Order: sequence, then C-alpha cells, then structure tokens
Amino acid sequence: MSSSSPSNKETVMRKVPLFSRMPILPPSVTVPASIILLIILLALLVPIVSPYDALRQNLTERLSAPGTAHILGTDALGRDCFTRIFYGTRISLFVALIPTAFAVLIGMAAGIAAAFFGKAADALVTWLSDVTLAFPGMLLAMVIMYSFGGSFSSIVISIVIMEWGSIARIVRSVTLSILENEYILAARSIGVKRFNIIIRHIIPNLIPTLIVLFTLNIPASILSESSLSFLGIGIQPPEVSLGLMVNESRTLLFNKPHLVLGPAGMIMLLVLSFNFLGDALRDRFDQEV
Amino acid sequence: MPALLRRFLGVVFVLLGVMLLIFIMLRIIPGDPVSVLLNEHVNPATVEKMTESLGLNKPLPEQFFSYLLGALKGDLGKSYYMRKPVTALIMEAFPYTLLLTVLSAAFAWAFGIGTGIISAIYNNRLPDYIFRGLSLFGISVPVFIVALSLQYFIYFKLSLLPLTYNGSLQSMILPAIALGWNSAGSVARLTRSSLMGELEAPYIDTARAKGLTTRQAIVRHGLRNAMLPVITMMALQLSSMLSGAVITESIFSISGMGKLALTAVQTRDMPLLQGTVLFMAFVISMGNILADVINTILDPRLRV
Repeated sequence: MSSSSPSNKETVMRKVPLFSRMPILPPSVTVPASIILLIILLALLVPIVSPYDALRQNLTERLSAPGTAHILGTDALGRDCFTRIFYGTRISLFVALIPTAFAVLIGMAAGIAAAFFGKAADALVTWLSDVTLAFPGMLLAMVIMYSFGGSFSSIVISIVIMEWGSIARIVRSVTLSILENEYILAARSIGVKRFNIIIRHIIPNLIPTLIVLFTLNIPASILSESSLSFLGIGIQPPEVSLGLMVNESRTLLFNKPHLVLGPAGMIMLLVLSFNFLGDALRDRFDQEV
Repeated sequence: MPALLRRFLGVVFVLLGVMLLIFIMLRIIPGDPVSVLLNEHVNPATVEKMTESLGLNKPLPEQFFSYLLGALKGDLGKSYYMRKPVTALIMEAFPYTLLLTVLSAAFAWAFGIGTGIISAIYNNRLPDYIFRGLSLFGISVPVFIVALSLQYFIYFKLSLLPLTYNGSLQSMILPAIALGWNSAGSVARLTRSSLMGELEAPYIDTARAKGLTTRQAIVRHGLRNAMLPVITMMALQLSSMLSGAVITESIFSISGMGKLALTAVQTRDMPLLQGTVLFMAFVISMGNILADVINTILDPRLRV
C-alpha cells in the first residue's frame, strides 16, 4: 500500500461507487424489515389516515359486513375494525420495543457482572435467573397482575422478568469468551480500570449479540402481551389491544370469523416478520445465540 | 452420582427463591387482603378476627417460615374463596393439566421430529421449504389463535371433534394440538438444524463407506446424536407448555391448573395463586432434572 502513488489511490477511490462500501443486506433481512417499517408507519399515521375513532361506539352500525365504508367491517359496538387493529398494533409495537429493550439492558448488566465480578456475583446472577426461569411465564405474569392489577406497567414488568434471565445467561457466556482475548489481558496489564474495560472492550464486542437477542425476544414479548390481554388480565377495555380484540370477538367466532381473523392476522404478521428478521440477523452476525 | 446430588441441591435453592419471590410479590399489594376478602362494610372487629385466624397479623418472616414448613409437609394453606385446602384443589386439577401436557408433548414430538427429519433429508428442496415455512408459522402463532382456528375449522366447519372438553379423551385432541403447535414448530427447527450439523460429522461418511444409504446413515447414526439437544429443549419447553396450558384450558374449559390460577387471580385468592404457582415451578424443576438424567443415560460423554 505504501508504494501506491496518490494519483493511483484517487482513481481507485473514484471507481468504487459510494454504496458498494455499505454492506448489501440479503432479502431475508430487507423483506421482513420493510414489512415491519410499513406496519410501524401505518400504526403511527392511523389517526391521520383513518376517518374513524377507535373508541367511539356507533350502535346504528353494529356488526356491519366488510365493505367500502368499513374495510374490515365493524365490531359488536359499531367501531371500525381496521382502525382498531392499527391502534392495537401500537400497543404491540410498544410492548415489542420497550420491555424487550429493558430486558436486554438488565440481562446485559447482569451477564457482564456474572462473568466479570467474581464467583459471588456469578452465583447470585445464576441463582436469580434460575429462579425466574423456573416460573411458567404466564403464571409469573398472573402473580404480577394480582399485585399491580391489569395495567400497562404490569405487562412491562412481567415481560422484563420473564425475559432477562435467558438473556443474562447468554451475555455471561459471550462475555467469558470475550475476556479470553489478549487485548483484555493487555488492557489489564497496563492498568486500565475495570469499568473502562467493560465500556471500551466488552460492550462494543457484545453489541451484535445484543441486537440479535433483542430481535429474537421481540416475538415473545408480543405474544405475552396479546395472550395476557386475551385472558382478560392484560390491557383493559376501553383501551385497544390485538389480544383483547380477539377476546372481545370470541363469542362471534362462528358467525363473524373476520372479526377474529383481523387482529389475529396482524399478531401473526408481526410475530412472523420479527421471527424472520431475528433468524436472518442471527445467521449474519452471531451464530452463538 | 455427586453431580446429580449437586443438581438436586441447586433445585432446592431455586425453589426456595421461587417461594420467596412469590411471597414477596403477592404481599406488596396496597391494602390488606382481608378487607378485599370480606366486603367493605364489615366492622373492624370482624376484620381483625379474620386477620388473626389467617395468621396475617404476624411479622412477614414468621409468615414465610410457617408457610415454608407447611409446604414441606404438603400443606399450602386454605383457599380464601373456595374454602378448601389448596393442596386438595391442586390434586384435583393437576391430572387434567398433566393429561393435556403429555398429549400435546406427544403431538409436538411426533410431528416436530418427523418433519424435522424430512427437512434435513430434503435439505433446500421442496419438502424442506414447506416444513420450514410450516414450523416458522408454528412458532409465530399464539396458542389462543391456534385454539380458536381449530374450533372454527374442526368443530364448526367439519364437525369432527367436540368444541370443548367434556371428559372424553376425544375432546382432549383439539386442546392437545393447540397447545403442542408451538412446540412442534421449535422441535422441528431444532431437529433439522441439529441433524444437519451431525450430517457433516465424519462418522456419517464412515457409515456411508460401509455401504449404508444416506437415509440409513441418518436414521441409525445421525439421529441418535441429533436428539440430545432436542430432549434438553423439550424439558425447557415444559415451562412454556404449562404457560400455554393456562390459555388452552380457559378456551376449552378444562378445569386444570391454569384455570385454577386464573380463578385465583379473578377472585383475589392469594393462597390458591401462591400454591398453584409454587407447584408449577416445582413441576418444571423436576422436569429439568429428568431431562438431565435422560441425557446422562443417552450420552456417555456426560457421565465422566
């Protein structure tokens, strides 16, 4: 490289088009990612796009069939299903992102602590994660619902407690393998503080794992919220959630199956897209997870 | 076997932690359980009497300790709402959940392992794509949607099986499929990837060189090793299956553990909820130990 002249370098630079330096993502990433982006966009824009209110009841238009006025018809209280699905999707997306992110952050902190701060910390974290993993998730959530009531924050707490343990385990084992690298030994031997080693060497190397773990846990979060709301112990009416919508239309399953199919289809589309994306990201970045 | 003994000790500590966690979580509610239990308009003397008879006036550590001692003797307290011992209620409900879980595990195993093997044999050909798609679909559908779809198509459209559980084994088929659906998907995925990994191993080439067809080599040699992670995962899935059982039981009206827990939440029956959750955690821990033992028997490398 040192022998190449500046002019030579320039021609090389000019020949390489700008975008070829960016990684070309395979369709297994771009297709689910664009579906998710489209859903996010629709969920954000639904108050502007839709002429209907998700909560306003219109008893003269109860259970109208799908048609031009109401794309997916109306429910038993005359509310537009299509609009409600996208309001419900907002809850699903929120649950997909926020509690999962908390779980990843807590799992990361606990996993690093277990790998880095000696045997006592390791034993404590392992014990705590074993304890939370010994619960069937739905029952753990029920205990929390019992204490805090069926509310949004109860759902967030339940999801974090359900998911942090397995994340901490994986972060712990990945951190242990990072710690075996020579640059860690080098950093330690020149007296870099432990905190700085974590910030500058461990966390940056954990990021691919964390991204994959985040994406892979999103479907579980969405499913937990919709299942709890379906059982009637999650999001409470009049708020809108996809699981709750399925529950509200359950008695009409045999007469008006489209009322169940709409929200159910949206849950499946979301979960399937995130599952595809998580799989593709794992294959690309991190086989260990 | 000292390793197994250590494992048992570990489980004891985990169950202690579980008990402590439930105990704390159920007691951080604002307000006291007695006034919720009785109606609001009772005189304070009654509330006090009730509190005393339930042992709720003692300090928390003492309550925990007596609960722990009771649990060791199989006494989980008395249900507030149903006014029966919690242990008796659990023993009534558990057989239903056990039957449901065993049937759905059988379905998940048969269907998941079968399609996983076909996927691995026909790697990247049409059957593989079909079953891979199906298994990804399998893990992406919530239990309640599978259950409602089965009710719609199998009961309503085809009228093949009963709508809800009525005591017959036949009426347990739909709940079992509904609950096993997700697990079947993950079993199929793991079987496929694990078997694909084994197929690259040299002993498969040896088996082929000795004159076995690829299919024989896969079934006689590869499958044996490929099953080890699948068995571990099945034990771990016990937990998510019992979670799903809550939903399945509610949809098909089976009076099992999940229904019991749901009733406990709805009627604010603390001892019942506490006992049910503790019992389920116990079952899951036992399942994990069982998986360890089975794996040790199947894999000589773990016996060192």
